[in-house]
Amino acid sequence: MPMPSFDAIVIGGGTNGLACAARLQKSGRRVLVLESGAEPGGAALGREFAPGYRAPGLAHLVTTIDARVEREMDLGRHGLSYAGLSLPSTLVAPDGDHLLLEGEAGERVAGLSEAERLAWSELRGQLMRFAGVLAPFKEMTPPRIAAGAGNEYMKLGKLGFGIRRLGKDDFREFLRMLLINVYDVLNDDLTDPRLKGILAHDAVLGTWLGPRSPNSLIHLLNRLAGQVAGRRAAVALPKGGMGAVASAMAKAAEAQGVTIRTGARVAAILVEDDRAVGVTLADGEELRAKTVVSAINPKTTFLSLVGPRHLDTGFVNRVRAMKSRGGAAKLHLALKGAPDFRGADLRTRLVLAPSETAVELSFNAVKYGEVPERPVMEVILPSAHEGGHAPDGHHILSAIVQFAPHAPKAGPDVARQEMLARSLAVLEDHAPGLRALVEHAELLMPYDIEARYGMVGGNWHHGELSVEQMLFLRPFAGTSQYATPLSDLWLAGAGCHPGGGISGAAGWNAAERIIRGTGR
Amino acid sequence: MKAEKPMQPDPRQHYLTPLRQTTFHPRTAAANRLNSWGPWGGYTTVLEYDDLAMEHSAIRNAATVYDLCPMVKYRVRGPEAAAYLNRLTVRNAAKLPVGAVHYTIWCDDAGHIIDDGTLFRLGEADFRICCQERHLPWLLDSAFGFEVSVAEETEEIAALSLQGPCSFAVLKAAGFDVAALKPFRMATFGFDGGELMISRTGFTGDLGYELWIAPDHALALWDCLFEAGAPWGLRPIGTQALDLARTEAGFIITNLDFVPAHQAVREDRVRSPFEMSLDWMIDWNKGHFTGRRALLAERERGSRWAFVGLDIDGNVSAEHAIVYHDRKREVGQITAACWSPTLKRNIALAHLERPYHAGKSDNLWVEVYAMRELQYVKLMLRAKVCDRPFFNPDRRRATPPGPF
Repeated sequence: MPMPSFDAIVIGGGTNGLACAARLQKSGRRVLVLESGAEPGGAALGREFAPGYRAPGLAHLVTTIDARVEREMDLGRHGLSYAGLSLPSTLVAPDGDHLLLEGEAGERVAGLSEAERLAWSELRGQLMRFAGVLAPFKEMTPPRIAAGAGNEYMKLGKLGFGIRRLGKDDFREFLRMLLINVYDVLNDDLTDPRLKGILAHDAVLGTWLGPRSPNSLIHLLNRLAGQVAGRRAAVALPKGGMGAVASAMAKAAEAQGVTIRTGARVAAILVEDDRAVGVTLADGEELRAKTVVSAINPKTTFLSLVGPRHLDTGFVNRVRAMKSRGGAAKLHLALKGAPDFRGADLRTRLVLAPSETAVELSFNAVKYGEVPERPVMEVILPSAHEGGHAPDGHHILSAIVQFAPHAPKAGPDVARQEMLARSLAVLEDHAPGLRALVEHAELLMPYDIEARYGMVGGNWHHGELSVEQMLFLRPFAGTSQYATPLSDLWLAGAGCHPGGGISGAAGWNAAERIIRGTGR
Repeated sequence: MKAEKPMQPDPRQHYLTPLRQTTFHPRTAAANRLNSWGPWGGYTTVLEYDDLAMEHSAIRNAATVYDLCPMVKYRVRGPEAAAYLNRLTVRNAAKLPVGAVHYTIWCDDAGHIIDDGTLFRLGEADFRICCQERHLPWLLDSAFGFEVSVAEETEEIAALSLQGPCSFAVLKAAGFDVAALKPFRMATFGFDGGELMISRTGFTGDLGYELWIAPDHALALWDCLFEAGAPWGLRPIGTQALDLARTEAGFIITNLDFVPAHQAVREDRVRSPFEMSLDWMIDWNKGHFTGRRALLAERERGSRWAFVGLDIDGNVSAEHAIVYHDRKREVGQITAACWSPTLKRNIALAHLERPYHAGKSDNLWVEVYAMRELQYVKLMLRAKVCDRPFFNPDRRRATPPGPF
């Protein structure tokens, strides 16, 4: 049976690929999504990692879903709902003197001194105002500093006005703080190491930065600028596990008319007359379409699928130089009983980061390709919220452990073992007896994440989300706004503005840009 | 005949000798009666041996030898060598037959010229690039994704340029029969227990050859040529005589006639192939090459500059003069000029802003400051755009070459 013809082919059925496909289909194009895995969803997909235990894949919480994606793909109707939108966080102290942060971005914190509570309230308010100014940039094509760049000047003008509306004092503080490090900001205003620990931890989650690295504050602002179902600075847990997001997006895209082909690994992008005209699959099948969109890694797209011979040398140099180091490892533990984090509520997000210095120290090791002595981590127990994740009475523990070297000196297997042993030691300190409950353990190091999810260097954002690779510098200087040097080839993945997470924003923005035309 | 090794300084004392000596230094130094030296690519080379007029005259009337060792050479080998060179350069390297040479250029992403040079196809998957400037990082970066190896071999090959109407006769007398060798072709001969490669190429616009040999046999080659060439008055020439000849031939030199894209500091100094009249080389149909998209856009949009030959009134050389339209408006700059002894014309190569190179070229003037006994005499000389090359004799192309 011949394949029906399509107007657009989207490579990669992750959240960005699905969002892009749905938007393009809505514009009247017939869209085909090619996903190499057995089901769409990419890093948002859950999977059974041990008999009877279902682990979230890579992401285990949702901190942002693009509002347009939520609304126009009608994810709620396609089965997405949440066990909680603002999951409380517990900073787990080894001595049991925990902090409990509740509400949007720790609006209420139990366990702080009165002075510290006031200081935090003031700092939090300021950070939320700054985040509010930055949030709208996520939902647009990043502006370029060039004449005739086709910028959305009306929108930009409005955003500029929004920044001015901060008022004189806040505006000055905004400019002062935008590019500085989170460690200094925390130490300017706060004293409680536990509070500074969790904030520093959250700021550098998924980055290749320590709290004292330049520009680390902007990551905290970026996190606070996220939203889920209208809730700002959300920390949301989907009902049915993370897979629910992926499956709702896939269903929504299919309901829109998008065709999703799984098990279809793209081997090359077909180039004729300097245009992308289709793709070749690993089995040799050729598929053609007027528009080709790559929602996978930009490095892989250019260096493997397109290939250097269709690109300029300087451009290839910039692709190769794009920074893409991952520092986060993913830990899954199958537990035969509930662990006890010295009384902490297992239905909260558990953060094991005793101080901002502890976070920085754990980053120090990876700079030299080593495993940190005392990794810091974010722990979720999906099985504490609802059934279906683990056999009755058993639990599944999912943790993002930082920092893990992406190119360890000791070699991948030794480093993985070392990282697992040290992570378990940290967990044991915070939850005595946990180690005895472990039936099965799985640790994905950055290089394992690269192998499984195609994230170069194991970086969640498919290219480090750092100031020099943001906005019009994303994925890299000279290439932005989702366009590529090849006509009819577009980028839509997390490697583009505004970066990763499972929000679908990059995919949606890319589709809007494609619909608007090249403008050049 | 056993060749003497040229003396190279102790590497630990490199600072004492900032310029290196070429393989032929023992011979060029002995012949350099004016002791006139200049730096070229890190080597000390002869500017003028004894008499500029006689050296130039020998290029056009007899035979000359020029030490070409400082020319930078890269070897490109591997199954994808031709594909690599097609992506690197604007011309079609795949069409170059084995045993042939072509002139070519390569550009950066923006379509600005990085350098020009000659490309030798030594084998199906074996090429040599000869050029003026060093480019190893760019050549290696360009090799990413190609099954190819790139290495510099400047020091491994000594080269001499044998130019002039009698150069064929000199080679014949030296025992090398190149009668059948056409322009831009090469042939190899056994010599001194080694291998001598002779290409019918050169930089004078005259009949001539370039001789490529391992340094061990280089001095023997020099001696052999001078012994055989004596009846034709074979003499060494310096860079100044060559510069006169190349200007007559209308050839350009990197960093004298254009600034390479990787060295230009001022953003308006870079030039595209269109702006250097080298766009004829571009093969638009061979597939992608670096700069192609930028050059396509420039072809649509039009270029700012043009590169032309000028014929100037009088006999005062107009080197580095500014070109004016209607004596008032600055429209360009001369990069090379001379009063041509061969043509008896005052010629120049110049960058002109478009459309003063063609549509508005009828009222051009050059402003020359001639130093006359410690005072500048300012001259406004009429200039006309004219065809290049200024000098292009049939003997340059005749195969077999005429017996002079």
